Amino acid sequence: MLIRLENDRFDAVEDRFAPVGEDEALPETGAVILSLSRFQADGAALLAAGRDVGVRIAPADRVEELVCDLPRLALVALDFPKYRDGRAYSSAVLLRERFGFDGEVRAVGDVLIDQAWNMVRCGFDAFETTVGPNAWAAAARRYRHVYQASADDRPPAFVERRQAAARRLAPQDG
Amino acid sequence: MFQYDAIDRAMVADRNAEFRDQVGRRLTGELTEDQFKPLRLMNGLYLQLHSYMLRVAIPYGALTSAKMRALAHVARRWDKGYGHFTTRQNIQFHWIRLSDTPDVLDYLATAELHAIQTSGNCIRNTTSDPFAGAAAEEVDDPRVWSEVIRQWSTFHPEFTYLPRKFKIAVTASPQDRTAARAHDIGLVVRRNREGRLGFEVIVGGGMGRTPYIGATIREHLPAEHLLSYLTAILRVYNRFGRRDNLYKARIKILVASLGAAEFGRLVDEAWDGMDRPRADLPDVELARIRASFGLVDFRTLPPRSERFEAARADKAFARFARNNIVPHKIPGYGIVQVSLKGIGEVPGDCSADQMDALADLAERYGHGEIRVTHEQNLVLPHVALDDAPAVHEGLAAMGLATPNINLVSDMIACPGLDYCALANARAIPIAQAISETFADPDRAEAVGELKIKISGCINACGHHHVGHIGILGVDKKGEEFYQLTLGGSGAEDAAIGHVLGPALAADRVADAIDKLVDAYLAIRQPQERFLDTYRRTGVGPFKAAVYQDAHQA
Repeated sequence: MLIRLENDRFDAVEDRFAPVGEDEALPETGAVILSLSRFQADGAALLAAGRDVGVRIAPADRVEELVCDLPRLALVALDFPKYRDGRAYSSAVLLRERFGFDGEVRAVGDVLIDQAWNMVRCGFDAFETTVGPNAWAAAARRYRHVYQASADDRPPAFVERRQAAARRLAPQDG
Repeated sequence: MFQYDAIDRAMVADRNAEFRDQVGRRLTGELTEDQFKPLRLMNGLYLQLHSYMLRVAIPYGALTSAKMRALAHVARRWDKGYGHFTTRQNIQFHWIRLSDTPDVLDYLATAELHAIQTSGNCIRNTTSDPFAGAAAEEVDDPRVWSEVIRQWSTFHPEFTYLPRKFKIAVTASPQDRTAARAHDIGLVVRRNREGRLGFEVIVGGGMGRTPYIGATIREHLPAEHLLSYLTAILRVYNRFGRRDNLYKARIKILVASLGAAEFGRLVDEAWDGMDRPRADLPDVELARIRASFGLVDFRTLPPRSERFEAARADKAFARFARNNIVPHKIPGYGIVQVSLKGIGEVPGDCSADQMDALADLAERYGHGEIRVTHEQNLVLPHVALDDAPAVHEGLAAMGLATPNINLVSDMIACPGLDYCALANARAIPIAQAISETFADPDRAEAVGELKIKISGCINACGHHHVGHIGILGVDKKGEEFYQLTLGGSGAEDAAIGHVLGPALAADRVADAIDKLVDAYLAIRQPQERFLDTYRRTGVGPFKAAVYQDAHQA
């Protein structure tokens, strides 16, 4: 199942992208997701033909290698071969915060419900998982507050505290 | 003491609800043990030899009387009536049932205690100076920065699945009581020539099978940039630290393989590309945290306490005062150290009754504060010297007045094969045998400062690498043997110890320590500690003392 996060809603959506394995033939039409090396070989031609292209990044791949292509990519899929491998979180944060990527950042691989809040906070907005969208949404929102700034624009506790203090100090309406 | 606000309480409550759900899914079998393991570890729950062990955090080693009583209650109700203070300023309960853990955590939350990130491959509880707020020479209160780091690192979305565990220490005194140079990151608070507050940033120290003393990658990081700079270090580590081999996954291996200069360059690159104002803590929040620690209501006292001096006529008190009480920054006060190394006892163990008694003493005489040291002792940081005799009496009544701080019997020992599934050898009986060998307190005092640290396996939880004398348990064809190292230090003069010679059988260890000490006493120069003598003479006289008989045989 593919869950998309849009306007603060988690919905199950149809996946219009076809994953293409390393040695598989490219489909004639439609959107595709390629590995980084396959993208470096075939990506330019597909983009020139007007196809929607996504790139699948393995944990050891450096997202910096995509910098020049990011404006033309529909999505970046970050792979979790094991859910304990946390490199994709840093890749997602870099894509969002450093490179300003505003396309889809999709979690693929070993994607468990217990990671939902980590992923959302790091800027993922699509999730290939066996979990339903309601359960996923609940897990993603489990924490009412957050302590630190990340890629999701939730106000950290120190901002909430400052705002609360400002409200206390503000003149009350008579 | 730092006071939680509604947000801090909500964070812990939300975490406990999440963990209750995860435990429920594990008990019904929805989660496999393999899936459950990283989740329970991030909540301090280990599966040990005999049962589950719950490790509760003591942030920056600071407890109040109320928190200590809550720990006593957990020990009585859910454990076997005691807890074990660790080398990481945590407390472990070794006999907890999995199905009880959500209730234990909910109870702890009522006292603002938790087990969040006390294990697992995430940022652990920050180590800090147990004398914070009491030490005369400190530049700043390290607890303030430890609390800043606690908040930043708690449920950090990017750094929850690191290659390996990650430990940060903060110290603000010239005397390092945190082993900062043996941590993944050590932060030493300093003022530069212009008087600006900043940190010396030390990276890549650690124990384990490949011990390293950390390298300084920045001499003076302006204090206001702490969080963005930590984020940069962690991001480099999260991306490039090894994940293919458990034993090569700590940051020390990455720093050693790249070299400290190149590692520092990668950190700077990550730091330069960051939106620092967004990542750093605003001054107003820092001020709030500083204020939340409040001020201790010290009295104005003469520096010399007549009652204290008169009590020295009692030999036991005089000895306790010499070894366990150190000067305080406020005249007329002392820092009272409470040894959890009673002769023949298990280092770090504390019974529920002892915890309650300490809570009472702290409340009555110590402004309600108790600290936990990484050397597995406790501290009453603010005791008026006038009250020291009464405190001593109260401690003695509970078997907590052992006058041996920094002496030979004040050892660090890991739980060892008695409790731990990883251990090769027992550590506790070795510690007990050594402390019985040096049971004569006059002799122990004559020997002076001597830090013995014992690990039951190569993972080095007993920090043997940085012991003046380190003892490492090894398995030799199914038998427990012990390798000695000399010359290590975890303090500001940090060093890794050197192997003395072939490993010894269990029944020879205490005798070997005895011989090492005799060798030291025979050759020491005035004012030299064991460590100083070893550094001056090298291993020769010590090796001869232990292995002479073996050569003759």
